[in-house]
Amino acid sequence: MAVITPTTAPADDDTEALLRQHTILGRIINFARRKPLGTIGLIIVMLFAVAGICADWIAPFDPEENDFASMMVAPGIDHILGTDQFGRDIFSRLVYGARTAMIVGFGAAVGGGIIGMVLGVTSAYFGGWFDLVLQRIFDILMAFPLIILALAVVSVFGTGVFNVVIAITIPLVPRCGRVVRASALAVRQIPYVDAARALGFGHARIVLCHMVPNVLAPFLILLSAFVGQAILAEASLSYLGLGVQEPVAAWGLMLQGSAEDYATTAPWIAIFPGLAIVLTVLGASLFGDALRDAIDPKLRDR
Amino acid sequence: MSVPRCVWAGLGLAAAIAITPAWAETPKQGGTLTYLIPADAPPSFDAHRETTYATIHSAAPYYSVLIRVPPDNPASTTDFVCDLCTEMPKPTDGGKTYTFKIRQGVKFHDGSKLTAQDVATSWQYIVDPPKGVVSARKSFYEMVDSVQATDDSTVVFKLKYPTTAFLPALADPYAWIYKKDILEKDPHWYEKNIMGSGPFKLVKYEVGQSITGERNKDYYHKGLPHLDGIVGIYAAKQSVRVDALRADRASIEFRGLPPSARDQLTKELGDKVWVQDSDWNCGNILTPNHQKKPFDDPRVRKALALAIDQWHGAPALSKIANVRTVGGIVFPGSPLAATKQELEKIAGYWPDIEKSRAEAKRLLKEAGAEGLKFELLNRNVDQPYKFVGTWVIGEWKKIGLNVEQKVVPTGPWFSNMRAGTFDVAMEANCQSVVNPVLDTGKYLPHKVFPDNYGYYDDDKSIQLYEAMQKETDPAKVRAAMRAYETWTLDTQTHEIVLPYWYRIILGRSEVKGFKISPSHYLNQDLSSLWLDK
Repeated sequence: MAVITPTTAPADDDTEALLRQHTILGRIINFARRKPLGTIGLIIVMLFAVAGICADWIAPFDPEENDFASMMVAPGIDHILGTDQFGRDIFSRLVYGARTAMIVGFGAAVGGGIIGMVLGVTSAYFGGWFDLVLQRIFDILMAFPLIILALAVVSVFGTGVFNVVIAITIPLVPRCGRVVRASALAVRQIPYVDAARALGFGHARIVLCHMVPNVLAPFLILLSAFVGQAILAEASLSYLGLGVQEPVAAWGLMLQGSAEDYATTAPWIAIFPGLAIVLTVLGASLFGDALRDAIDPKLRDR
Repeated sequence: MSVPRCVWAGLGLAAAIAITPAWAETPKQGGTLTYLIPADAPPSFDAHRETTYATIHSAAPYYSVLIRVPPDNPASTTDFVCDLCTEMPKPTDGGKTYTFKIRQGVKFHDGSKLTAQDVATSWQYIVDPPKGVVSARKSFYEMVDSVQATDDSTVVFKLKYPTTAFLPALADPYAWIYKKDILEKDPHWYEKNIMGSGPFKLVKYEVGQSITGERNKDYYHKGLPHLDGIVGIYAAKQSVRVDALRADRASIEFRGLPPSARDQLTKELGDKVWVQDSDWNCGNILTPNHQKKPFDDPRVRKALALAIDQWHGAPALSKIANVRTVGGIVFPGSPLAATKQELEKIAGYWPDIEKSRAEAKRLLKEAGAEGLKFELLNRNVDQPYKFVGTWVIGEWKKIGLNVEQKVVPTGPWFSNMRAGTFDVAMEANCQSVVNPVLDTGKYLPHKVFPDNYGYYDDDKSIQLYEAMQKETDPAKVRAAMRAYETWTLDTQTHEIVLPYWYRIILGRSEVKGFKISPSHYLNQDLSSLWLDK
């Protein structure tokens, strides 16, 4: 005979814990306590994002204004991070460079992620020849390393912020599409999809309203990883002279050409943009890893 | 007590040695010079068809020319001396005929005799190439009516009209003398082969790696070359060249290094290196596309020029880029160049930059182009294109213009200019021998000078140029040049001339005998170089 134990009211502490788990703020606090490195990563990325958004108020100088009276001034009171070979304030260029990095980073990551997700889910949903053809196209695109494909795209479309976003978005599409398709194939087998079809729902409604929400977890993880990759790709393209162009402030551009020339005589020209790239990419990676751990049920409690 | 004569003689010798300047050192024979060629490889070895220093730096040591700039004073913009001829001729027939006597006993590297027939045929191919043969500088020789060898030692050039531009054009460093028999058999043979009569003979060429030559024992300039051999190493990347010079893997590079590399190497290597510098007969120019609004309006073009502070910008830029001297359409070292006082009357050279920018703003307002937004087409080459482009955009910003730089590789840069798909282009006017009358042909309308990309039609410009071209009195040529310059840069502002490039050559201290010239195309046969080892 089974013994039924009466349930007792939860303790106050437990209530708070439960509440924390079910509000957004609570979830954030929970995430911060369990994933401190990921939280630090998020804070770094957010700091640079805020700096980029508020660049007009934060930057003490016009980032594009040449000042030949202050060429290659070492970090000091007037210019906290020094000036470059044109006498431009490096701190101001870093802050505005954050704007460029975030526009490209978030633009390409979100663009490539969403297109990839929709194509991945659609491919899994329809299957057959559509899936076959799309996956072979993805195979072709994924055969090229991200930076090589981005270089090819830039050489076709030309330079500039918008074109760089497109150039980085295109290689990200198959990378997201392939992962999301794998999750969507599993979702496709769940009876509610068949039920929706039986009820006469259109393909678009089934894909967008019923399948896409169920693959959001891998999508969000990929998105956070893509931000770092896109920022790095933008810096690489700019460094190679194929990204945004002078006098626009961009971190990779700040490392290009003359930063090498003056590496020994004015090292601050290369050090600070290099640090900014490292910190942002590291921050995005740490946050992405933590997010994956938090979302993946197998890793959640580790 | 009398001092023995031998003591006086000894003291005299010692004094002579002490006061002898470095350039008068007795050259030593022997050794192999390793030099850097800042390119991947030359497109071909045929200098008649090519326009790049990659061809000159690779193969000039293997060829002779008819006349040239003086090897011991290549900086001169007015002197020319014989290479294959015996004496510089005096023109006859009212300045329309030049008769050159050709050296006897000159041999090609295959052992055959070089005669006036070879010289005349080479020049005929340059002046009037047969169908299917490219002569890149054919337009330089519009004044030449005919070139004939009257016997084995005489070449006669007959001109359509007398002009001061002829002799400098004849000293073109690309005008190598080829063997008549080979040219007539296969005019493309010289694209892939090297066979001349210069101070060095080709030993081997490894594509994109190196080119090696040995001393031509039959060379006709007695005592030259000093070196036993030369090795040119191809190194397109500047950092590779700087490292090679630093590590003594190469002794010299002949195109020019940026100021940062000069400063870095001189600081690190001290007296192990020397530096020679010179104004360069090359300069960036800004070309507004007259086919695009609002650049069809001379007020807008003039405003672009007035915004740029050349007098203060040039000295500052010279610390970071290969530019230095402010000039007009003529190379600043030439007697035909504008003086500072003459330049200061032209838009873009006003001494009071505030007044200049106020006028620029007024003109833009009058033309309805305030806050104009446009693209500056630039070449993806750091030194000095991108540096100068960044500077110019900063200057334009000061009058409220919003300019984006569109940097593209060399191919698309040319194709955009040729197709007219640009707003304003950053161009370069790079010449070899300083020949102002021909060099300034660049500013003629596109219909008469196809390499002008401003796409303007201007008959007065052509009239002014032709008047100058056919004038032989130096004073009148100078006056005509001023009129042409003022019309081009001020009245119409068809083009904006930016500070001239600055050539910095750095060599290891053992390399002697080098004299810098205002062009990286000149004086490249390397016969006068020697190694102090």
